[in-house]
Amino acid sequence: MNVPDDLLYTKDHEWIFLDGPTGLVGITDYAQSALGDITFVELPKVGQDAEQGDQLASVESVKAASDIFSPMAGNVIEVNGKLESDPGLINRSCYEKGWIAKIQVADMEEKSNLMNAEDYRKLLESLEEKE
Amino acid sequence: MLSQETLKRTPLFEEHAALSARIVPFGGWEMPVSYEGIIAEYDQTRKSVSVFDTCHMGEFLIEGDCQKSGLNRIVAHAISDMPLKTCRYGVMLNEKGGVIDDLIVYRLDKEQWMIVVNGATMEKDAHHMVSHLTKAALFKNISSKTGKLDVQGPLSRDVLKSFIPGIERLEYFGFDTFEFLGERNIVSRTGYTGELGFEVYFPWGKTRELWRKVLADKRVKPAGLGARDCLRLEMCYSLYGQELDETISPLEAGLEKFIDFNKDFIGHGALLAEKKKGVPRKIVYFTSETRQSPRHNHKIYLPNGKEIGIVTSGSFSPALQKGIGIGLIRREADITEGKILFGDEKSKIAASPSQRPFYKNGSLKS
Repeated sequence: MNVPDDLLYTKDHEWIFLDGPTGLVGITDYAQSALGDITFVELPKVGQDAEQGDQLASVESVKAASDIFSPMAGNVIEVNGKLESDPGLINRSCYEKGWIAKIQVADMEEKSNLMNAEDYRKLLESLEEKE
Repeated sequence: MLSQETLKRTPLFEEHAALSARIVPFGGWEMPVSYEGIIAEYDQTRKSVSVFDTCHMGEFLIEGDCQKSGLNRIVAHAISDMPLKTCRYGVMLNEKGGVIDDLIVYRLDKEQWMIVVNGATMEKDAHHMVSHLTKAALFKNISSKTGKLDVQGPLSRDVLKSFIPGIERLEYFGFDTFEFLGERNIVSRTGYTGELGFEVYFPWGKTRELWRKVLADKRVKPAGLGARDCLRLEMCYSLYGQELDETISPLEAGLEKFIDFNKDFIGHGALLAEKKKGVPRKIVYFTSETRQSPRHNHKIYLPNGKEIGIVTSGSFSPALQKGIGIGLIRREADITEGKILFGDEKSKIAASPSQRPFYKNGSLKS
């Protein structure tokens, strides 16, 4: 599983890339692989506010629907419109072209509730052991 | 819930594991839901050939006269007029007219029948059959000895005829016994995908050899339950446990053409009364207006928000590139306006009722 070093992660397999006061949000390689072929993404609305852990978006695969939670509190300033016609971008490029939303982060302190790449890799290892 | 220990495995479990299949519990079995990915396996089946492990399904042999054995009363469809070496789809009902299972009857000989049933219901089905067959019948449950592979797709005949000579003669819903890999076994031209396809029966312990033989042909890839569900749903084929169960009448499920009211069968009285009075629900096939898909147990609403029924099956359709679903709605619900909604209290998505099947270009009868 690909786990880039420069991102922060949630236990629900979302990632956030912090760039100054904004954060780019998506789902991890583990999540896209577990979901399988993604067929639909319900994007948040620009201007929408979310608390840390609030539902931000939802993604559907052929057989299931899953909620995507906001890794940090913030205001949505941009969404990835390309996912509307090509939701498979998440499968093909979950950390780059398949990003879901960009948020204006409300509280940088919330970073402490997230995992760095090393901790997230440990979480994935423990999940694999369970399987 | 079934615990992990009690789940059964087919003789191909290790093969699936070696192919890194995603394994899920399904009707008491550990089955592969996908290998490479549901859509890739779907495409493979529509364009080339896929092989599906269907060893979990149940097979019964019955010897006896159609009437005297009691078999004719157990299934609700006409079987006495079946030509030898043909199969016929039908249902087995309880006294109230609910569906115990859907099944396929194979007429092996004038007084020899094979019944193929769902894996999850096999034991219940066997019990029901034994309790209604007469002394004139000889019943054998051969499920644990019988492996089965479904080889499906437009090139399936070309693949199989290379080692099962004569298979090209089989017509739709016909079958025969063939000699291959040192065994004599039944192959029928049937399936659950809407494509040209075959169901190949084989001794349980040797099924792995057949699996490897089929997969040695580079035109074939394995496909799992995910693709299978997507393929059958595009054809609007019922799935037991979703469109059919003991509380759903075959008349509600849109299976009236598989009921022979001219003969006596278990559930006849209840079903006939229902037919006269009208069933409480009716089946609806519908397409989402977007890529968003209906899901099992979503509700169905009129455009004004009035709840009229439930979604029994839903999926994304790769052929239509949008969501498709099957549901049961109240008979009196007027959907002639051509618009319904599906979803839950939180969010409702627009959809249109549709004719069956959703997928019309299959190689099924080619």
